[in-house]
Amino acid sequence: MTGDVACAEGALAAGCLFFGGYPITPATEVAERMSHRLPEIGGTYIQMEDEIAAMASIVGASCAGAKSMTSTSGPGFSLMMENLGLAVITETPCVVVNVQRAGPSTGLPTQGAQGDMMQARWGSHGDYEIIAMAPASAQEIFYQTIDAFNLAEKYRTPVLIMTDEVIGHMSERVVIPDAKEIKTIERVKAKGRKDRYRPYAAGALGVPPMANAGDGYKVHVTGLTHDEMGYPAMTVEAQAVMMERLMGKIQNNRDDIIRYEEFMTEDADYIIVTYGVSARTGRAAVEEARAQGIKVGMLRLITVWPFAEEKIRDLASKVKGMVTVEINLGQVHLEVERCVAGRVPVKLVGHPGGTLISPDTVIHTIKQEFGV
Amino acid sequence: MTTAQEAQREAVKHPLDDLLRTERIPHIWCPGCGIGTAFSSCLMGMKESGIDLDNTVMVSGIGCSGRGAGYVKLDSYHTTHGRAIPFATGMKLANTDLNVVVFSGDGDLFAIGGNHFIHAARRNVDLTVVCVNNFNYGMTGGQVAATTPHLAKTTTTPLGNPDSPFNLPLLAYACGASYVARWTTLHARDLTSAIIEALANPGFSFVEVLAPCPINYGRRNKEKPLDTLRLFQEKSIIKNNAHPTELDVDWERGVVLGTFVNNPRPCSTDMYDKVCRLEEKPPKKSAA
Repeated sequence: MTGDVACAEGALAAGCLFFGGYPITPATEVAERMSHRLPEIGGTYIQMEDEIAAMASIVGASCAGAKSMTSTSGPGFSLMMENLGLAVITETPCVVVNVQRAGPSTGLPTQGAQGDMMQARWGSHGDYEIIAMAPASAQEIFYQTIDAFNLAEKYRTPVLIMTDEVIGHMSERVVIPDAKEIKTIERVKAKGRKDRYRPYAAGALGVPPMANAGDGYKVHVTGLTHDEMGYPAMTVEAQAVMMERLMGKIQNNRDDIIRYEEFMTEDADYIIVTYGVSARTGRAAVEEARAQGIKVGMLRLITVWPFAEEKIRDLASKVKGMVTVEINLGQVHLEVERCVAGRVPVKLVGHPGGTLISPDTVIHTIKQEFGV
Repeated sequence: MTTAQEAQREAVKHPLDDLLRTERIPHIWCPGCGIGTAFSSCLMGMKESGIDLDNTVMVSGIGCSGRGAGYVKLDSYHTTHGRAIPFATGMKLANTDLNVVVFSGDGDLFAIGGNHFIHAARRNVDLTVVCVNNFNYGMTGGQVAATTPHLAKTTTTPLGNPDSPFNLPLLAYACGASYVARWTTLHARDLTSAIIEALANPGFSFVEVLAPCPINYGRRNKEKPLDTLRLFQEKSIIKNNAHPTELDVDWERGVVLGTFVNNPRPCSTDMYDKVCRLEEKPPKKSAA
């Protein structure tokens, strides 16, 4: 099946029961699959009037207790930023899939890119932490979508799946395991006396237990800066307290959240840092370079945000040079440079989008830039 | 506490206190503002309707009226500007047992949120939408809105509004709302009855409440607080079932109030269950 379909199947396996959609190439197939499958299992698909509404609907659905998702691509992702921020500040679990295409604006609707990575990190206004994942195959997007729902529920946060047109539209073999082999996580629910519940008081991991609408807790949920009761608190102090916990619940649990894969890094002289579909380029480049006698390894970021800073710093202290491979003109590369902090040279192998990067280009860059 | 104190306390208790987050009072609304009356009628209607309040939520957008959700002791959601309706749509579809009331203002629901309104009405999503129309953007200090009367002065139309305002009941009717009513804050009892009818309608219900905004709108248009209420009294015409095209807000000619649409039809979730869930369909006849 295609990556888009595998993503939808992963959502269903994770227990998703609500999908607010809006058609957009190359993400439409996620919505189509959900529209076929959700009513079969007692869930609901609705095609909203735009991506602003699609995002608002999944935040509302999650507040009513349903695991919820939407999918989109660049132009729609831009429209979703407003209510993504609402999900962040109200700590509402949900999953947003961005099947990336080349931008800016309408760009190349049918051709892949990885140009929305910084928008994933910073696209909504204000400071916040976010979790963003990047699958490299149809099989991986299936499991990653389950993982995304689990992280969303565990940390009460929106989780982004930053895939791309190539993974989304490419057909690959996908094995769907038995339901009993799939581990799903549910949000920690509010319990105990209703008059003593403080909806935004930190629980385990800094995450407040959640009361859904209709649970009887009579919560107030607002996009304004709020106190532990969830009430608007328009003070400098309240802002500081709220932001510290919002940022902290992700930052303090980085070890639990960050996922990456190392490929032949143990003895490597040069490291390719990459993610998503470009990791397929990276793996081929490592194999070809090794065949030519150049010791290259790859760090594949499975979660791009939060960023695997410690791992990058660790690798930078062991190698002679690094390259970032991504289908944009330097986004995650800026983070790699920041973490390497001049210890070794770091070069970008980027592309403005519309096609994959060739492994030969990566090897050529390593040879040319590092004098191998 | 002595019996006398208890009696005194009981005497000052507001009949809606059990529905209010009393610790959040005083509210932010200005002296002379109509939102409190609209809010009070809305809560009274919710209470009198007999709906299960434990399964009732209020969703608001942004603006003065958008603060309504912050004062009601129910599950209450204060969302983003214009997005109360799609947020509420997600809630209702995810849990059809919930009664979902959207309480917000004209700028929120009909300018930035206009697209969402027309589609929720078209689908007949089972929501009760209460729009407090105070003819301007009050929270930001009185700018022109999609409901500001032609030639009225606001901070961004200092010489008068060049545009025409929406006729909101006509818009709601044209989009397919199955219940449409309009009252003013002076007609609090009629408004409460309308809220009760709107909650009983299993579909998209829209109640417009005309409300004074003396500080930001009245002040710039030579309307003292009582002048606006006098206008509501003297220039309103109660005409149930009036045709929605007659409902322009024109104080020279008179403004029509009443219930204009009360025409239940299957709501969006009923239609989804009927059309989209395969097990609901009869088995296909065999070709043989």
